[in-house]
Amino acid sequence: MNHILDTLLVILLLSCFLLLGTSRLAAAVRMTAVQGFMIGLLPLAIEGGEIRLRVAILAALIAVLKAGVFPWLLMRTVRSAGTTHEERPLVGYGLSTLLGVAAVGAAFWLDSRLPFSAEAHSKLVVPVAFSVMATGLFLMVARRTAICQVLGYLTLENGIYIFGLAIVSGIPMLVELGVLMDMFVAVFVMGIAIFRISREFDHIDAAQLTSLKG
Amino acid sequence: MNFWQTILPVLAALLLAPLLPGVIARVKAAVAGRRGPPLCQLYFDLWKLLRKGAVYSRTTTWVFRAAPGIALAALLCALPLLPAPGADALVSCSGSMFILIGLLALARFATVAAALDTGSSFEGMGGSREVQFAALAEPAVLLALAALARASGTCALGGMFAGTVGPLWQTAAPAVGLLAVALGIVLLAENCRIPFDDPNTHLELTMIHEVMVLDYGGPDLAFILYGAALKLWVFGTLLVNLLVPWQDAARPLAGTGVLIVGLVAVAIAIGLIESALARLRLLKVPQLLLGAGALAGLGLLLIVRL
Repeated sequence: MNHILDTLLVILLLSCFLLLGTSRLAAAVRMTAVQGFMIGLLPLAIEGGEIRLRVAILAALIAVLKAGVFPWLLMRTVRSAGTTHEERPLVGYGLSTLLGVAAVGAAFWLDSRLPFSAEAHSKLVVPVAFSVMATGLFLMVARRTAICQVLGYLTLENGIYIFGLAIVSGIPMLVELGVLMDMFVAVFVMGIAIFRISREFDHIDAAQLTSLKG
Repeated sequence: MNFWQTILPVLAALLLAPLLPGVIARVKAAVAGRRGPPLCQLYFDLWKLLRKGAVYSRTTTWVFRAAPGIALAALLCALPLLPAPGADALVSCSGSMFILIGLLALARFATVAAALDTGSSFEGMGGSREVQFAALAEPAVLLALAALARASGTCALGGMFAGTVGPLWQTAAPAVGLLAVALGIVLLAENCRIPFDDPNTHLELTMIHEVMVLDYGGPDLAFILYGAALKLWVFGTLLVNLLVPWQDAARPLAGTGVLIVGLVAVAIAIGLIESALARLRLLKVPQLLLGAGALAGLGLLLIVRL
């Protein structure tokens, strides 16, 4: 049992519940920042005692990007878009939280059917990865504002990263850096896109993009 | 020896329960820079109320008169089911956690039925809220207790904590932390503390529990106040048992001392929380309770898996 690792993973799960349960965009962005910071700490917790330079640099980079740069970009977008709350979500917040718990249950069940946990560093890593992924997907599908969908994308990516961390030991640094670079560009572009949408249509409700504007 | 070990917590509850609201009030006053009421204020109140006569509205029936007695009796029956840290409970049977939940539900049912019996729409509204929030708080408690039952292999409250919580803190500390937070949230909700309800406001449209007991006076009100203090003691005991992995076979009587100190600490914590937080909007309350349920469910999942 690795106590620090388990605690980090549980905090990750809790941040997912909070993401599902909040209607305030700023709070959701802050929650994603917390999640990013925890993700950054994960490799250090897995390494335990001796921390190699490569891991430390990667952890610092992830923490800075996911807990610093992305939230800053998204906060700026939230402020410029003039929308503080998610309005009329497709699935209510209480039900979303319950579905989150159901997703955790499903993740544990799925994990019991898969042969990954034996090799993982903690029994929790794989289920947490699955439930974080599920949360991300759910946010992308069930929320209307473009910001929440971006947050869903980030959460999904976090889940995939945890999964990779659990299964593959020692992903080449170049691949990690490439993924981080891709994400940075994606968030940057999405921020610009959201800004454009809000200026053009006076809202950031992605569901309304399907209607024609004459 | 074993007898004293199990009966002392019950005696302590009967005698010291009214002290907890006093501690909370003193802490709140101290944070606000006031002196506050004496620690034993509730004892004085109870003594005063018990010497008075009762007045009943002509629209009420026997339901209204029976309710305070039933509620208090249910809570008194719940006390022997609860253990002190490291000890067994006075009455320990398999499934006593369900009896505890059932007794609490019975007390709630009696209060709500009496509130409806008065025919006042105001009290009916309070009863409706109480039941609505209880429907969300009860699953959270049951899930938390179920997690402990799973870890200890017994549904008896007596054997559930002693000897289980200590090892659990070492193997699954995050899970126990989640259960403790869930129980703490339910403690605040069930005892009508801020952020769910403000026990100091008697005539506000958003209050939940106080509104149901507006028509009581005299000994009946004393029963209700004493019952509320006992309820706080019951939930506090669960929380202290979960948080303190006390295990000392040589000095079993010390468990009661640990329990009392822990409960005073819980009361101080409640006072600090009440000083720091404002009451939630009524619409947000179910969300927070659902969150408590989610935390307890997550704790159960973790314990099942680990």
